[in-house]
Amino acid sequence: MADVIWGLATSHVPSIGAAMDRGKTEDPNWKALFDGYAPARAWLAEHRPDVAIVVYNDHANGIDLDFVPTFGLGTAEQYEVADEGFGRRPVPDVVGHPELALHLVQSLVDEEFDLTVFQELHVDHGFTVPLSVWTPDPGDAWPCPVIPLLVNVIQYPQPTAARCYALGRALGRAIRSYPGDLTVGVLGTGGMSHQLAGARAGFINPEFDAWWMEAIHSDPAALAALSREELIRQAGAEGIELIMWLVMRGALDDEITKVHSDYFVPASNTAAGIALFDNRSGQPG
Amino acid sequence: MTTGTAPSTRQRGTSMSETAPDRFGLPGTPIFDGETSRRGLRMNKLFMSLRTAENRERFLADEAAYCQGFGLTPEQQQAVLDRDWQAMIDLGGSIFYVYKLAMMDGRSMQYLGGVFTGMGEEDFLAAMRAGGRRDG
Repeated sequence: MADVIWGLATSHVPSIGAAMDRGKTEDPNWKALFDGYAPARAWLAEHRPDVAIVVYNDHANGIDLDFVPTFGLGTAEQYEVADEGFGRRPVPDVVGHPELALHLVQSLVDEEFDLTVFQELHVDHGFTVPLSVWTPDPGDAWPCPVIPLLVNVIQYPQPTAARCYALGRALGRAIRSYPGDLTVGVLGTGGMSHQLAGARAGFINPEFDAWWMEAIHSDPAALAALSREELIRQAGAEGIELIMWLVMRGALDDEITKVHSDYFVPASNTAAGIALFDNRSGQPG
Repeated sequence: MTTGTAPSTRQRGTSMSETAPDRFGLPGTPIFDGETSRRGLRMNKLFMSLRTAENRERFLADEAAYCQGFGLTPEQQQAVLDRDWQAMIDLGGSIFYVYKLAMMDGRSMQYLGGVFTGMGEEDFLAAMRAGGRRDG
């Protein structure tokens, strides 16, 4: 059986990747954000899984508005890093894990989560920035094969927070039912509060973010109860993408150990959060 | 948990007639719903096409012809030619797609924030660095 050993929640703001790609991590506007990543990165470097699953959304790079899958899962052997307009990020392409991915599709569809299956997908900053948050210097390859799990957070109606949490619970069961012996890390990406357009552009809600950060650990059901409208009101039009953290959280046990969390404003127009949880019960550190 | 009081959505001439009423009760907060996406599909496809250098060159060589090739409405075409960012949103643009055009122009998301709020880029950036905007 496969085991989820950790869950990582992180923002996927493109400028975080750009700051790394351009060597600006010591810049005064960025240093505190990257200093806040350091404890999580150190722990993750000591706990490399066999496979990772990245829950993310595409931003007009891998898919367009011809098709708007509510949930999708990649079963490819490899995912090319997308050119979002001005050259691809200087990071490795992503090696997939078709065997686990196909098992996840079967298990999730059996549980009536009717996912769209991607056999070819260019992955954008929503996917690669979280990998860089985890592994700042991947060299020629990321630490392990990675499976993309896509969520539509761009076009209303997004899946409900409750549905994302339920998908995560089913994802956890699917991982545990895999016949092979694997360790798995799950990344939930996006957020925290932000809004890019409209008169309310630039909106940040640190009180809501602090509540979310605590509840993702100790009371995810309270987050799953939030309506779309409440999420948009409290976290901003784009802050609704926090629902992707709930997919990650659902895949973990009820009782988890927080390794590290941090919060930083602003990464571009966004409140950036990171939260790392150890899912190995009874195994501190 | 608190949120501030947001001002009402900025109104503008012809585009407002096509803008859905604020059925979500979230002033100042564009919701990219299915109806908006349907209205903006051709324009958003144009924005997505600007990922390649070849298409950016074709666009810049004759912007109007490029817009016509994608089947934009006259209002959408005018918004693109005028770089009227608010109108592009009002006419069905998704911010993630509109941003492709802004990037091509060398404009940042903070610049767009300055436009959408009427604050200007410098003041918008200062507000973000001061912890973000609380009351829209």
